[in-house]
Amino acid sequence: MRIASLVTRITQQMRRDRRTLALFFLAPLLILTLMYFIFDTEASDLKIVVTGSDETIVKALKQADFQVTAAEEFSREKMIEKDTDGWLHVENGKMKLTLLNDEPTRAKAVQMQMMQGLQGNEKNTPSIEEKYVYGDANTKGFDTFSPMLVSFFVFFFVFLIAGIALLKERTSGTLERLLATPIKRYEIVAGYVIGYGLFALIQTIIVVLYAVNVLDIVLVGSIWLVLLTNILVALVALSLGTLLSSFATSEFQMVQFIPLVIVPQVFFTGIFPLDGMSDWLQKIGKVMPLYYASDAMNGIMYKGFTFNEVLLDLLILLAFAIVFITINIISLKKYRAL
Amino acid sequence: MKNAISIDGIAKGFQQKKVIQPLSLNIEKGGIFGLLGPSGCGKTTLIKMIVGLIKPDAGKVTVLDHEVPNEALLMDVGYMAQSDALYTELTGAENLEFFAKLYRFSKKERRERIQYAAEIVQLTNDLNVRVAHYSGGMKRRLSLAVALIQNPEILILDEPTVGIDPLLKQSIWEELERLRNEDEKTIIITTHVMGEAERCDKLAMLREGEIIAAGTPEALKTQFAAETLDDVFLRIGGGLK
Repeated sequence: MRIASLVTRITQQMRRDRRTLALFFLAPLLILTLMYFIFDTEASDLKIVVTGSDETIVKALKQADFQVTAAEEFSREKMIEKDTDGWLHVENGKMKLTLLNDEPTRAKAVQMQMMQGLQGNEKNTPSIEEKYVYGDANTKGFDTFSPMLVSFFVFFFVFLIAGIALLKERTSGTLERLLATPIKRYEIVAGYVIGYGLFALIQTIIVVLYAVNVLDIVLVGSIWLVLLTNILVALVALSLGTLLSSFATSEFQMVQFIPLVIVPQVFFTGIFPLDGMSDWLQKIGKVMPLYYASDAMNGIMYKGFTFNEVLLDLLILLAFAIVFITINIISLKKYRAL
Repeated sequence: MKNAISIDGIAKGFQQKKVIQPLSLNIEKGGIFGLLGPSGCGKTTLIKMIVGLIKPDAGKVTVLDHEVPNEALLMDVGYMAQSDALYTELTGAENLEFFAKLYRFSKKERRERIQYAAEIVQLTNDLNVRVAHYSGGMKRRLSLAVALIQNPEILILDEPTVGIDPLLKQSIWEELERLRNEDEKTIIITTHVMGEAERCDKLAMLREGEIIAAGTPEALKTQFAAETLDDVFLRIGGGLK
């Protein structure tokens, strides 16, 4: 019941703070829309596999800056496994190109470069039959990273708002007053998690529905899985935000965590291609919660992954949340020994 | 059990500064006990150690025969902090309701307790106003109501009458005296106003983390041959020779 009273109080406070509420729910939609119109990326290091072809085509493609591997046989499954951008199969003079299309910009680049490379070889422009592993010819770059954006917004706003809320509770003395009542430390943390978790859930629903219905972003997998992932993201953001708020003495100092905690994570969400990064940089990404959130969200929304396929990502997110929540409960000891 | 609170050789320092020198103090059950001293003398630190919000570096505090910190004790101690620890987005009633819920009162009990506490501090008519619109004195009164909400045996009030007009100050004191006389509560208040100190049953004067004198107001005046408590304070402090 103590947890419930905290949840009620948080809900009341949030409802009264209309501006924060608007920021929480509408700002993501605004930024999402802007990025939808603005974003574009470039691709490099395209890997393709050629089967059933002669040396001349392979040579031509190598000259066209592809990493070409000639193979006896190949399959869609192997493309996924080996992260191959394109598979060109030549049979009786007909060409069949299968594109992985995990990032549409890469798929488009494969098409363009292949056309140019083969033109020099043949007299006229070759006709190529195209197939896609993920998505189709209409896939836009935005489709692949918008799932990550959804998680990013949840993370960003929950981190900031929950962090500042607990900070305010610290500086105004209400946290101390709270701890002079028989409330248990875990009850405070649980109240916060559930209270702000509810708002994060509403935010996720709004953002996902907007992205899918208004911006027409691909949602292949289950919307419930999307919600589940983002609840976990919210948990991580909330527990990390409240934890870091104990290192801040003012709202302004809380905002200063954005370039330290939020921005670096964005680099590892896949908005910028991860393949191009050096190994040590990729390793850094693996300690960041948003890396796993993005991986799961991209899998569910774009590639149609099922629960089992994103389970590892979800478990890692859950582990992050549990660790942060535990540290939160322990760190409240600073205010009361019990 | 004669003593409500007994403090045994507690000390506390923050960084280099010693805020509380090792001090011992017994506070009897029933009655209003005043902690008197200038700002920065360690009153608030001492009080927070009694409530269990600060852990002493040495020594121990026993409240109602339980060593602090003790979870059950939090039910018996009503604490009013020096700064108004209130949720300004919420109304007065919502603040009281929130704290009442933390003490696990039933709905009926909550209604009764809120009504009772609001009446004492004369906020009944302003309960549905958001605290953000309250005056300084009203916030102080609501903080006092929060401290009273669970009907605690011991009330610990840190500067309860700061920013409250004389008329209301008078009525709050009358209520504190009624709580002492009828409900036999133990009330500990801190103050730096000598006029209020006169109304306490027992006093302890605190200076730079040390108790420099303790006793009834009358005894202190006799002991130091002073007319007023102000004089007592100055005499001990070395201001008056």
